[in-house]
Amino acid sequence: MHHCYIDRHSGIDSFIHRLDPRIKLLSLITFLLFVMFTAPDSYIAYFLYGALIIALIALSQLPVTFVLKRASVIILFVAFIAVFIPFTKKGEVCAASYAGALQPTVCYGGWHMFFAILLRACLSVLCTVVFMSSTTFSDFLKALERLKFPSLVIMILSFMYRYIFVIQDELMQMWRAKESRSVGGAKKLHVRALANMIGVLFIRSYEKAESVYISMCSRGFAGGIQTMNHLKLKTADVFFFLIIVAALSGIRVLKG
Amino acid sequence: MSEKIVEIKNLRYAYPDGKEALRGVNLDIFEGETLGIIGPNGAGKSTLLLHLNGILRGEGFVRIFGLDITGDTLSDIRSGVGLVFQEPDHQLFMPTVFDDVAFGPINMGLDRKQIEDSVKEALKEVDMLDVIHRPSHHLSIGEKKRVAIATILSMHPRLIALDEPSANLDPKHRRDLIYFLKKATLSKIIASHDLELILETCGRVLLLDKGEIIADGLTADMLRNQSLLESHGLEVPHSLLNGYYQCAG
Repeated sequence: MHHCYIDRHSGIDSFIHRLDPRIKLLSLITFLLFVMFTAPDSYIAYFLYGALIIALIALSQLPVTFVLKRASVIILFVAFIAVFIPFTKKGEVCAASYAGALQPTVCYGGWHMFFAILLRACLSVLCTVVFMSSTTFSDFLKALERLKFPSLVIMILSFMYRYIFVIQDELMQMWRAKESRSVGGAKKLHVRALANMIGVLFIRSYEKAESVYISMCSRGFAGGIQTMNHLKLKTADVFFFLIIVAALSGIRVLKG
Repeated sequence: MSEKIVEIKNLRYAYPDGKEALRGVNLDIFEGETLGIIGPNGAGKSTLLLHLNGILRGEGFVRIFGLDITGDTLSDIRSGVGLVFQEPDHQLFMPTVFDDVAFGPINMGLDRKQIEDSVKEALKEVDMLDVIHRPSHHLSIGEKKRVAIATILSMHPRLIALDEPSANLDPKHRRDLIYFLKKATLSKIIASHDLELILETCGRVLLLDKGEIIADGLTADMLRNQSLLESHGLEVPHSLLNGYYQCAG
């Protein structure tokens, strides 16, 4: 079975796609830090960050709908949490309700904070989606390895990427086997069958992990995974990183 | 006389649940030999293979390439004995084919040039050089099996042990596998239920049942012995039945 939704658009041949994954990762971290430390009311700065992201999307040739769709999943999650902020902040009240036991009040400061968090989340997620979608997962792991991220974290991510589809396939096969024998029956029974399937999946994953470990040991595994370094920093990579840092610093100075 | 590369005497192994998987196995394998291991399900074939590079260590005497399996010799033995597992998803655990095939050579401490050469050579051997940068999970089962063999070949082993190599393969990929096994000159141990494959590739066959060696002899003689095979849950390959096929239709 072919699964490609993780690396769906990572094969496009664009300027951003061709960049060294380490540079993309560093640029992303720099961008996130700048956004994070921007004052909540610096709307001009947020606007310019947005303009920078639009330029990055254009350079990456990623379909805009794809970027927005991916980003919306996380943004909705952030929005759900941030929606309570206007009610918790103290200050000048802009709206209040005296009905019910809670009597919620909303302050201007709270609204500002809510919008700032939402904007930061949108910008951060969009930038992450652009850089991550233009990098294959294996290159991303290599970048983490070369940038000396903890090897245990990289190993966990690597196994997750390799086996998530295998486990997903197994669940699907079990589901089909169940469906092909499901002739009526109460809903409760189906839920119980699903719970059993998840249990079986855990046991199978555990056994699979043992087999994989045996296979690793057979090929000389001694506690650490190393891969060959194919990454080579080009002038364009360094140039791109410097431009990103200069643009972000420019935005920060401009709004100050 | 060729060098004895595997020497096993009175090997016994029981799984943690108490089930005895090997009960006094005696076996010698010589350099350049292709040995088939046959037997019904649960006979102990896979367990025996796992003893060849020290993954499992039962009671008894096991010597590989003249070396006892100890902590000091383990890495030499594992470099020399390549295990190809039945399930290729267990063998291919890295994000890309290149990383998977390079895993063994990197652990062996080879230099960059040697690693790259070994990887390309091994993939070429199994005709899979064109998928070198693809993620393993995008391959078909036949391709995965071939890449799994390449992960072992890149380590330049003296002996490869294959567990059910033709399981889940379509006829063409099975034929390619047989061709590869016949062509490869290194020592091989093939544990399989596919007796036609054993017949075509192995010079000697070992019949294992309930953890014991029942018979050990030349392939042509062993696989013609109908009563022996049938009493251990196997049957004579069709190609040896003198054209006596029964068609269901």
